[in-house]
Amino acid sequence: MRVVFFCISLLVTALLIFALGTATWAPLALGNFLSPQHGIWQNAEPAKQSFDAELNFPDLKGNATVYIDERLVPHIIADNDEDAYFIQGYLHAKFRLWQMEFQTYAAAGRISEIVGDVALDYDRAARRKGITYAAENLLKEIEANPITKAEVDNYTAGVNAYIATITESRLPVEYKLLGYVPEKWNNLKTALFVKQMTETLAGFEDDLPMTKALAYFGDAKLRLLFPQIADSLDPVIPKGTIYPEASVHPIPPASKDSLYIQPDTTIVQGKLKEIEKPNPANGSNNWAVSGSKTQSGAPILCNDPHLNLTLPSIWYEIQMITPSMNAYGVSFPGAPGVIIGFNDSIAFGFTSSERDVKDYYAIQFKDETKTQYRFNNDWKNADLRIEEIKIKGKPSVYDTVAYTVFGPVTYDNSFPASAMPGKALAARWKAHDPSNELLLWHYLDRAKNYEDYENALQYFTCPAHNVAFASKSGDIAIWQQGTFPARWNRQGVYVMPGEDSSYMWQTFIPRSENPHILNPARGFISSANQRPADSAYHYFIPGEYDLYRGIEVNRRLAAMNNITPQDMMKLQNDNYNVFAETARPLLLKYINQSSLEGTAFKYLDTIQNWSLKNDVNLIAPTFFTLWFNNLEKQIWDDEFEKAGIDKMHPSQPTLIEALLRDSAFSFIDNINTPQTETIADVINASFIQTVANADSLAAINKLSWGAYKNTTIYHLLKAKVMPFARTGLMIGGGKHVVNATQHDHGPSWRMIVHLTKETEAYVVYPGGQSGNPGSPYYDSFVDKWAAGEYYKAWIMKKGEEGSDRLVWKMIFKKG
Amino acid sequence: MKFIVSLVLIALLSFAFSLYLPWWSIAVVSFGVPLVIWQKPYLDFIAGFFALLLLWGGLAWYISASNNHLLAEKMAVLVINKNNPFTLITITAFIGALVAGFSAFTGSLLRSIIWKKA
Repeated sequence: MRVVFFCISLLVTALLIFALGTATWAPLALGNFLSPQHGIWQNAEPAKQSFDAELNFPDLKGNATVYIDERLVPHIIADNDEDAYFIQGYLHAKFRLWQMEFQTYAAAGRISEIVGDVALDYDRAARRKGITYAAENLLKEIEANPITKAEVDNYTAGVNAYIATITESRLPVEYKLLGYVPEKWNNLKTALFVKQMTETLAGFEDDLPMTKALAYFGDAKLRLLFPQIADSLDPVIPKGTIYPEASVHPIPPASKDSLYIQPDTTIVQGKLKEIEKPNPANGSNNWAVSGSKTQSGAPILCNDPHLNLTLPSIWYEIQMITPSMNAYGVSFPGAPGVIIGFNDSIAFGFTSSERDVKDYYAIQFKDETKTQYRFNNDWKNADLRIEEIKIKGKPSVYDTVAYTVFGPVTYDNSFPASAMPGKALAARWKAHDPSNELLLWHYLDRAKNYEDYENALQYFTCPAHNVAFASKSGDIAIWQQGTFPARWNRQGVYVMPGEDSSYMWQTFIPRSENPHILNPARGFISSANQRPADSAYHYFIPGEYDLYRGIEVNRRLAAMNNITPQDMMKLQNDNYNVFAETARPLLLKYINQSSLEGTAFKYLDTIQNWSLKNDVNLIAPTFFTLWFNNLEKQIWDDEFEKAGIDKMHPSQPTLIEALLRDSAFSFIDNINTPQTETIADVINASFIQTVANADSLAAINKLSWGAYKNTTIYHLLKAKVMPFARTGLMIGGGKHVVNATQHDHGPSWRMIVHLTKETEAYVVYPGGQSGNPGSPYYDSFVDKWAAGEYYKAWIMKKGEEGSDRLVWKMIFKKG
Repeated sequence: MKFIVSLVLIALLSFAFSLYLPWWSIAVVSFGVPLVIWQKPYLDFIAGFFALLLLWGGLAWYISASNNHLLAEKMAVLVINKNNPFTLITITAFIGALVAGFSAFTGSLLRSIIWKKA
């Protein structure tokens, strides 16, 4: 009898252990996951955690100390650069290991390894974009240069020094949730991270929908619907600037009019499905005011880069002091150096140039093997790269990516949709070309003056940015820096023929001809992703430009004098909506009050009396946003649905400027109805529609701007881990507004640097220094950020090792 | 007395083993202790059960309290969709307790089969 009991009991025990030990039956291996000595409890960081440590590593060259302040910002003081980068790698890994590794998995198209085949399309797209190929080309350049080679080698050694000491129980909680462990870091991962950012900031294009639109609308109409220059453009470089004659002149192919500008329905057939593209709202504001406009007489430089709001944050604040530099600012976990910030002499900030540096070419393969394609009247061999995509719990999937003279074939009849049987499309993307962007930051972090800054810029090819500069010696400047193809008119707007070399990029715009300005008479420089120059600039420069933020920034800066850092904080948080200012008079002009009833009057009154600010408690920003969206649908959906395009239509600035120019704008008419709609018809119809939308929102208390927008900082794993997100943040702003905070996108770092003798800097970002959701430092800056407040950065100097701002100390020694 | 000794021993050894070994070392300990300290099988079950109920419950509570239940609140929503860290602590304790209880019971039965007395 006992034997039977024993057997049953043994079986129950074994089953229990087995069931708790695997993630097959439960979503998690609960035994390990909940064991207080192994699982998630180990990630619950004590509120009084000490970060003091004494660490010995044989890779170090000398001694170094990391002084950590009360915000958990490290101040590295190292005897040499190599150790500083080693320690930066160590700190990034200690506080942000999971995110930095996850982002490099994403760049390399390896997410399926972690989460299974739900990510297969994402991974295939990443492989076919050639991000790893781009990273390999970057890495070759990084490692060919002794300066950057030493930087990444030491950075990698630092990351690995941390990984080597980590026990399974101390792994970041995301590894425990997803059930995997970190790999060793390597230099390629840093390059992958840089290329992931490049994809975010310079991976955008609309070539496929534009090509589909060409087949329906024709080029002449598309020039109007997607104009190169907006009427109200206030460019980065002030209007009226005279640009030197273009020194390079790309020659349009002889067949341009017959083969390219002609509608060709064979290129993109069927229902258009695009691979995942970066968020077009990725952008930024930056500006600098000269001493002549500030109260102190010293320049002030400001920057707020707009990215997806994520936890852990994309940024990690840091100060690095070595004999060759004293740089403070934010770094990217995954890469060495200070990316946006300042040093003893200068400050620098970035906004995306939004210029188009990615084109598609239609490829004609000889057969399904993709081994040969038509080029210059011959069959040319493609370089086939076989991509193995490992999948958690399943066999690997293999995808063959053909590399052509242009670049990798991203689209073909097997991806992303076999229901889109057009031509194979190869991408020509600037990010694939060899370059060494790490040198930019190496020199910027150490720049002393304008010449050093200008010299550093030469290493910045892609992603192109408007790089703002200010120095203690009183200079302010901005360069739109990057390497841009010199395009003939309309080159790259549509998918180009890939059968001969005449459509290829012929040359690049010489760097000296990139738009730039030093110490302008108006006393400030600024950029907000608008077109860099007006029509006086001689090159054809298509892009995904913004318009209204730049107008507001320039208007405000021009009017300001005796500027203080507090004024700059107000400007970064300004909610004034220039787009609404432009559109409201037109909308109100055509409203027919006699046809209104019920709550419509109340809403109309709200819009009429609106301060034009996207403030958090107002309902007008919500109503206006919905109204204009409804209007856009009424105007565009009929034609664009017929054209087979659902994700692209002309921009809001284009529409409002077209309506202001011409109240009989032909697209107003709904081509699906027998009658001809007028501007008054569509404005009134969209208003009435919006009243209904607003009433339903009011019924669930979601009509105020803050409630409607529901500003949310998602964890990188998004909806899967909502408890790790911060939702419902009451913060105003939005699209077209200087305070560019949208639902889950916006100022990912706000920085104001006052270049007085003793630098003053005010900073904040929507996150915290720790990536651990179980740490109080995970989101410790969020509330301050949401309130539009700043921390005064403590810029440590040598000799302040005893300051009461310092809370912890990590001592690094060779040994 | 044997019961108390057994319970304390299981708890202490489980803690020590878990410093270096995987979580299921609590099952090894709970299985082993009854081979050394002889009791009726049901008492061994209770000893193992309460040893880990107290150890895992206590540890989880102590760690979570020092963390002001910051992580537990998030994990509780994530894992069991309840905004209550104490539910998660209780589940943790019960998982450990069940494994240890059945292991101890099994160990106790094995010992009684081999040595034919109880």
